Amino acid sequence: MDLDPDEVFRDDDDDPDNPFFQERESTKELAVYLVDASPKMFSTTCPSEDKKRETHFQVALSCISQSLKTQIINRSYDEVAICFFNTREKKNLQDLNGVFVLNVPEREDLDRPTARLLKTIDGIEEVFMKEIGSQYGIVSGSRENALYNALWAAQALLRKGSAKTLDKRILLFTNEDDPFGSIKGATKFDLIRTTLQRAKDAQDLGISIELFPLSCPNEQFNISLFYADLIGLEGGDLVQYLPSAGDRLQDMKDQLKKRMFKKRVVRRLKLSITNKLSIDVNSYALIRPTLPGAITWLDSISNRPLKTERSFICADTGALFLEPSKRFQLYKNQAIKFSGEELSEIKRVSAGHLQLLGFKPLSCLKDYHNLRPSTFLYPSDEGMSGSTCIFIALHRSMVKLNRFAVAFFGSPSHPQLVALVAQDEIITAGGQVEPPGMNMLYLPYADDIRHVEELHPNPDIAPRATDDQVKKAAALMKRIDLKDFSVCQFANPALQRHYAVLQALALEEDEMPEVNDETVPDEEGMARPGVVKTLEEFKLSVYGENYEEEEEAGKGKVSEVSKKRKAISEIASQKCKEYDWADLADNGKLKELSVVELKYYLTANDLPVSGKKEALISRILSHMGK
Amino acid sequence: MARNREILVLVLDVGPSMHFILPEVEKVCSMLVEKKLLYNKYDEVGIVLFGTEDTKNELTEEVGGYQHVVVLQNMKVVDGDLVDVLKQIPRGTVSGDFLDAIIIGMDMLIKKFGETERGKKRLCLVTDALFPIKEPYEGTKEDQVTTIAQQMTKHGIKMDSVVVRGRFGQDANEKTMNENDLLLNIFSQKTNAKMVYVESPTSLLGAIRTRSIAPVTIFRGDLEISSVIKIKVWVYKKTSEEKFPTLKRYSDKAPLTDKFATHEVKVDYEYKSAEEPSKVVPPEHRIKGYRYGPQVVPISTAEWDAVKFKTEKSVKLLGFTNASNIMRHYYMKDVNVFIAEPGNKRSIVAVSALARAMKEMDKVAIVRCVWRQGQGGVVVGVLTPNISEKDGIADSLFFNVLPFAEDVREFQFPSFSNLPAFMQPSEEQQEAADDFVKMLDLAPDGREEILQPDFTPNPVLERFYRHLELKSKDPDAAVPPLDGTLQKITEPDPDLFSQNKAVINTFHRRFELKENPKLKKSRRHYLREKASGSSDKEDNEEISAQIVESVANMPMVKVEKVGDSTPLEDFESMMSRRDSPEWISKAINGMKSKIFDLIENSSDGDSYTKAIEYLRALRKGCIIEQEPKQFNDFLRHLRNFCPEKNLHTFCEFLASQQISLISKEEAADSEVADDEARRFWVKMEPKSEQV
Repeated sequence: MDLDPDEVFRDDDDDPDNPFFQERESTKELAVYLVDASPKMFSTTCPSEDKKRETHFQVALSCISQSLKTQIINRSYDEVAICFFNTREKKNLQDLNGVFVLNVPEREDLDRPTARLLKTIDGIEEVFMKEIGSQYGIVSGSRENALYNALWAAQALLRKGSAKTLDKRILLFTNEDDPFGSIKGATKFDLIRTTLQRAKDAQDLGISIELFPLSCPNEQFNISLFYADLIGLEGGDLVQYLPSAGDRLQDMKDQLKKRMFKKRVVRRLKLSITNKLSIDVNSYALIRPTLPGAITWLDSISNRPLKTERSFICADTGALFLEPSKRFQLYKNQAIKFSGEELSEIKRVSAGHLQLLGFKPLSCLKDYHNLRPSTFLYPSDEGMSGSTCIFIALHRSMVKLNRFAVAFFGSPSHPQLVALVAQDEIITAGGQVEPPGMNMLYLPYADDIRHVEELHPNPDIAPRATDDQVKKAAALMKRIDLKDFSVCQFANPALQRHYAVLQALALEEDEMPEVNDETVPDEEGMARPGVVKTLEEFKLSVYGENYEEEEEAGKGKVSEVSKKRKAISEIASQKCKEYDWADLADNGKLKELSVVELKYYLTANDLPVSGKKEALISRILSHMGK
Repeated sequence: MARNREILVLVLDVGPSMHFILPEVEKVCSMLVEKKLLYNKYDEVGIVLFGTEDTKNELTEEVGGYQHVVVLQNMKVVDGDLVDVLKQIPRGTVSGDFLDAIIIGMDMLIKKFGETERGKKRLCLVTDALFPIKEPYEGTKEDQVTTIAQQMTKHGIKMDSVVVRGRFGQDANEKTMNENDLLLNIFSQKTNAKMVYVESPTSLLGAIRTRSIAPVTIFRGDLEISSVIKIKVWVYKKTSEEKFPTLKRYSDKAPLTDKFATHEVKVDYEYKSAEEPSKVVPPEHRIKGYRYGPQVVPISTAEWDAVKFKTEKSVKLLGFTNASNIMRHYYMKDVNVFIAEPGNKRSIVAVSALARAMKEMDKVAIVRCVWRQGQGGVVVGVLTPNISEKDGIADSLFFNVLPFAEDVREFQFPSFSNLPAFMQPSEEQQEAADDFVKMLDLAPDGREEILQPDFTPNPVLERFYRHLELKSKDPDAAVPPLDGTLQKITEPDPDLFSQNKAVINTFHRRFELKENPKLKKSRRHYLREKASGSSDKEDNEEISAQIVESVANMPMVKVEKVGDSTPLEDFESMMSRRDSPEWISKAINGMKSKIFDLIENSSDGDSYTKAIEYLRALRKGCIIEQEPKQFNDFLRHLRNFCPEKNLHTFCEFLASQQISLISKEEAADSEVADDEARRFWVKMEPKSEQV
């Protein structure tokens, strides 16, 4: 029984909510960013790339700001709160000392991020000392415990909603690995105990506490002093949490950024290795196109959202009815009907999991064997212990033998042949660049592949580059080499522009922001004498001496199409002169002309000629400036 | 329409050595015509058989010779009869001469069309080419083939040859085979012809292009290496997914007597304001709103055009980089190919120089593309070399789209080496895995690569078209089981697995899997039935007792309650339990109380969508299990219950979601007539306004 026959009616492309492209809303996340604001956060600095020194506080805030900007685009339904501790002023529901919850109007403390919140965070640093202030919240002689208060405030913020349906997290940023270091004796023991208990209570309520330690090259953050107990780490887990020894600020930022978002499993899958043995893997969508959000229609007067109502009308009788349960296809002049069950039955060609079929050398995987973004697989022992061990063993063998696996992925809506390519872990100073696991690539079928290279065969032998020409091209490649090119180094200029405009409009700013397009070629670099020389050599080698002249000569021989086009525009401009357009327009007589006549004006003036008559007339009028 | 018309002559070898594979030939050829009936209704198809007992063709009457070649069907516009003819190709009794058959096919095309319809005429030859062709009257066989190839070029005829070979050519004569290969190769060299070898029935199904699509360039212009050097290129799609056909909604409202009924359904969208649900807002009073976090920012199209990102049509090189910098899994979409402008020798050489240098140096090019003027955004992608192996075909470059920074989620995963010791494979286990990966080889030396994408048909589409054809004869035809040949794509090849039994058994013995009892969630995909039509080739052999788990007979997790974590899944699995009838009512009641909980405890309607989701599932379940009364009573109850509890908003929401009573039509047991179901919410509206 398939309770979702609708899925088979769905076409992947016309469905923006397709789970393949978007994460599901039902896995909503609530997060409290808990930022240490003690004087130590402001005094410890890291050298950044341009020699300017940045404080740990700045690092934490800029990471949070970046992650919120991503979140507002991708997952704006998640809710966040920004909370500082070790502050002079206090602002929180429980009125606890040393805790300040940052917020902006029209927003609850824990709510979806808004444009104004982002702007406030970006500007908070300038006003921080004046309005919020920094001081040590745990000092000897007083029983104040800012960390305890902070955890309590965060837990209170996270009270709403059930932990079963929501992910609740506290993200703690600090550079103090021993917060109770200045305290001595029984008081210290007492403070530690109550703080740990507070943390444990929160965790028992289903809140996860994650630590983002900030450390300096000369002073490693020692997690085992206190925080390992607080977040409940043991043995093996500790390794994962340790900040890598990267001493560049950028590395630390990268690491923080990567951990800021929670990994979301797209699907749990069974990978059948033989018909007796199948293991559990989780799939993750690490690469998916980010698109501008969907459009909501608004009432242009009230700016209130409109409800869309869909009605189905029988084309034959005009009768209104509910969404029909059957579909049809015209075939041999008959309407062949299919029910939802039949369609899902047709698509159910396999038992609905990943079925391993065999292995091939990596050279069999061609560059054109691709259809959609890949999906990442990582093993899970959650349901079936032993899965990870088998996965790792196969992974190592595949890497060693340079082979990939071919498998059939029997998803109910889109069954497909896939390639599983083992990816070895890649680590740089900035942390993990490629996680270890397998990438699932969606393979095309025979009918999806087109043999377009063969469309224009050369009668005898196609021209090939000579060794010299290849050598010149190779020299070019050495010259124009993007050394550290990383796949995702460019921001999408269209998307950046889109959201920059929206942000400006949301904040009712008048200035439209300029967005830098990182994808334009480096004109300056290309103009360096060395590069120009190799370019010229390559050109000479493949195009010969008198290329420019011949090219010019070639332009003389215009193609049939452009000749025809030119003739049309000449006729049009002649005909156009026969009318007194200004007079016609002034007397409103344009509408008495035929479309053909109107087009004379448009063609002669190089305007588009598409659209209805009214559109043509208004185009003419606006061109004349009337 | 006629612009892309194809005129195709199928030249099929039906000699005794082909008999074993003719069922597959029948399938693929009838599929070809079925697809033409849908997408290329004006195409013409003719059928020539060779290796037949009889002889029936025009040339034999005109000049004699050409024995054992039968024109089964002269070229005609595709129709249903043609499908039937191709489903039952007569078997032949002699070993035929493929060259004779090619000449007959060519003669048919030339007689009917002469030199017109250039490039649209195609011959498709399917043979095993195991037997020698006749010696020509004069000259050599090679000369003869060359002459024919020249004729084809002259008349603009294309040819595809599919040569069935490999495991099946048992008693073949190697010398003859080589000679024939050589002869067929002359076609590939001298004219617009293509030859492929297939070894398995599965790849035969994939080897013949069943749908002809006219290729269209997506870009023609300059590949700008820099401002001083530009290369003229054309860009085509290299891969493009053939989608499951989009079926139209069916309306059964037209009277049965109406022979001209279209049965089509028009979908009408109306935009209504939330305050006045009865008022329709006309298009000129609507404005687009874009989401920014919780805010919706209104912006008119004109305003948007003024501020949006603007692009100029161009393809520009950003630079070259090492191929290892671009990992395969970053490819985002279907693939394009850059071809030098046809006929432009200099461009062809330039592209060739780039491609060959890339190959040699292991480099790739990064390019920024705007295919069309004013396109919504830019695309950054990678060019990789595609060195041609055929003399007549120029070198080209493949283009794959790369992700932008926003498209990549950089999650961190634990290193394998950091995982606890029990998750690490031992040396023994690693060895077993190595053997396993080595032995389950789909690309063995000297044999055809199994499941090569270029020769693998889409099993879902094949099944759909087969079912469509069946239904055209009998509207009640059941979905046919998945064909054995297609099962080779979705399931492991039993031969391959049985050949490597020892390796597999060792693998089984060395690894241990244990189900984790903690995770009792019933997951939906576990419950999925076995694929329809999949054969139950369970290997009954005793496998080491250590294997605690096996997917095929994995015990279903019995769900006894609609729980909190996965209520939908619980509901589904309870509804499908067959061990006692009471599960259904338990499931329905459980679901009802879940829905009540959600509505009652919802603040500001935040859980309404979820409630609707559950309600939909309940409705569906009640239809399937023929329990319409349960649902209808519940929905009526909800309608009365909500206003009582001051939950009007939910009612409105319900009405807007068009969840109606289950009508007689949907479930025979229902007492609710069709239009009563539809009117259900309409009746309510005035009432709710009064309150």
